[in-house]
Amino acid sequence: MAILLFADHDNGTLSEQTAKALTAALQIGPEVDILIAGKGAAPAAEAAAQLTGVRSVLLAESDALEHRLAEASAALIVGLAAGYDTVLAPATTTGKNVLPRVAALLDVMQISEITEVVSADTFKRPIYAGNAIEVVQSTEAKKVLTVRTAGFAAAAAGAAAAPIKAVEAGTEGAELSSFLENMLSSSDRPELSSAKIIVSGGRALGSEEKFREVINPVADKLGAAVGASRAAVDAGYAPNDFQVGQTGKVVAPDLYVACGISGAIQHLAGMKDSKIIVAINTDEDAPIFQVADYGLVGDLFDVLPELERQL
Amino acid sequence: MKVLVPVKRVVDYNVKIRVKADGTGVDLANVKMSMNPFDEIAVEEAIRLKEAGKADEVIVVSIGPAQAQDVLRTALAMGADRAILITTECPVEPLTVAKLLKAVAAQEEPGLVILGKQAIDDDSNQTGQMLAALLGWSQGTFASALELGEGRAKVTREVDGGLQAIEIALPAIVTADLRLNEPRYASLPNIMKAKKKPLDQKSAEDFGVSTAPRLKVLRVEEPAARAAGVKVGSVGELLDKLKTEAGVI
Repeated sequence: MAILLFADHDNGTLSEQTAKALTAALQIGPEVDILIAGKGAAPAAEAAAQLTGVRSVLLAESDALEHRLAEASAALIVGLAAGYDTVLAPATTTGKNVLPRVAALLDVMQISEITEVVSADTFKRPIYAGNAIEVVQSTEAKKVLTVRTAGFAAAAAGAAAAPIKAVEAGTEGAELSSFLENMLSSSDRPELSSAKIIVSGGRALGSEEKFREVINPVADKLGAAVGASRAAVDAGYAPNDFQVGQTGKVVAPDLYVACGISGAIQHLAGMKDSKIIVAINTDEDAPIFQVADYGLVGDLFDVLPELERQL
Repeated sequence: MKVLVPVKRVVDYNVKIRVKADGTGVDLANVKMSMNPFDEIAVEEAIRLKEAGKADEVIVVSIGPAQAQDVLRTALAMGADRAILITTECPVEPLTVAKLLKAVAAQEEPGLVILGKQAIDDDSNQTGQMLAALLGWSQGTFASALELGEGRAKVTREVDGGLQAIEIALPAIVTADLRLNEPRYASLPNIMKAKKKPLDQKSAEDFGVSTAPRLKVLRVEEPAARAAGVKVGSVGELLDKLKTEAGVI
């Protein structure tokens, strides 16, 4: 019943998503190996080896794997799959890109974005933007899963490091694609998908300048990440990767502050698992108040500066 | 070059779905159905490639019930040249869809297949990647920009934390993210014209692909409801509750 976890990392650091996916993996079975595919990825492998519950870490390094493009990564995982009953990855953009390719090559139907492990072959996953939950059982010899990490706590980093084994990277698939560049938003704020507090803005902000002027100071005071509704992103008030919702990121921080967000079901799908939700909106009938623990009816251009002053 | 665009008929984006009381699924009786929004973006991208002289023919294909004709006619009215409908009795899983599309690709020999990144009903986000795997082609998923070159294509992808540009060898699979383009509305004259465009009907059996599901859906549940909380009167009260009652700041 061994399990292979395809890690999310950037060679230098291991993403917290991997530690969360490990928790899900350990609920399926006790023998979990973490695969680090990359280049110069020893630091990520060492971080993975520290995680509590890991049997061993497999490190595959090559030029083609440096950015974990789908073709080379899938070929690598398929080559290793014979030793495993379950292959899983956190449902990050990398995991979502690579794992279905693995599943098809193994002739397995993947189960995407599981939120709960019912048993080793049965899982819960949201459908229809989280408006229904499907309980689904796989009867296949191998299981391929992605894990929606918001619902799983991160596995702790323990003392005894698991062994790190080098595995052959191979060259298959490398000719199909090549990496050109990353255009990542640089920010001193915490990453949206792992932040403890998120301050999120909607269309009511009215412009990119107002969004920055009003949302950012409160986020800075709270040490929070900044998010946005799809309406705000589509209107150009915030960059694409700020988007929380069905088609953006799914988050579950301790505190989610929704400012000027009406609460469309697609947005709620991305944040309704947050521990505490605060809604600030002028419209007291806005659907966001139906999921908020604390609602404040008021103009966010008055409320947010006031909030910043009192923090 | 031919461009193949698979499209799916799904519950309309604006419909609030209801879980059936007996837990066997979602109630789809008398619910408005439309083309999956991500697939509309894929159709639009293919038509723009044709308008730019980079593609010769846009072929749309749908796999599903006979009513999936409607979404194919919509795609034809947007500007696709012809359509293929593969009828199936029951809902099919992404792996089955990918196998049927592989068979279509073998017949049509497209230089590019553009799909929506995910369907908004099952939210699987698998079909494009699976088709790429079965064909042994490259994949540019979650695309927000696409530039075709000689034998290669540059795809800008929406990834966690920003954007990533990659180059992929053609023929290739591209899956469309929200910001790839804004799909056009079909004009009335084009809707009329679309009724005369060719629509070829086939069945899954014609391709020798089994549609038997691999996964067993044991039940479908309502998501855990979140109880509405309290309204607070002031910023001071809000902060007090967050500190003392919730303990999150």
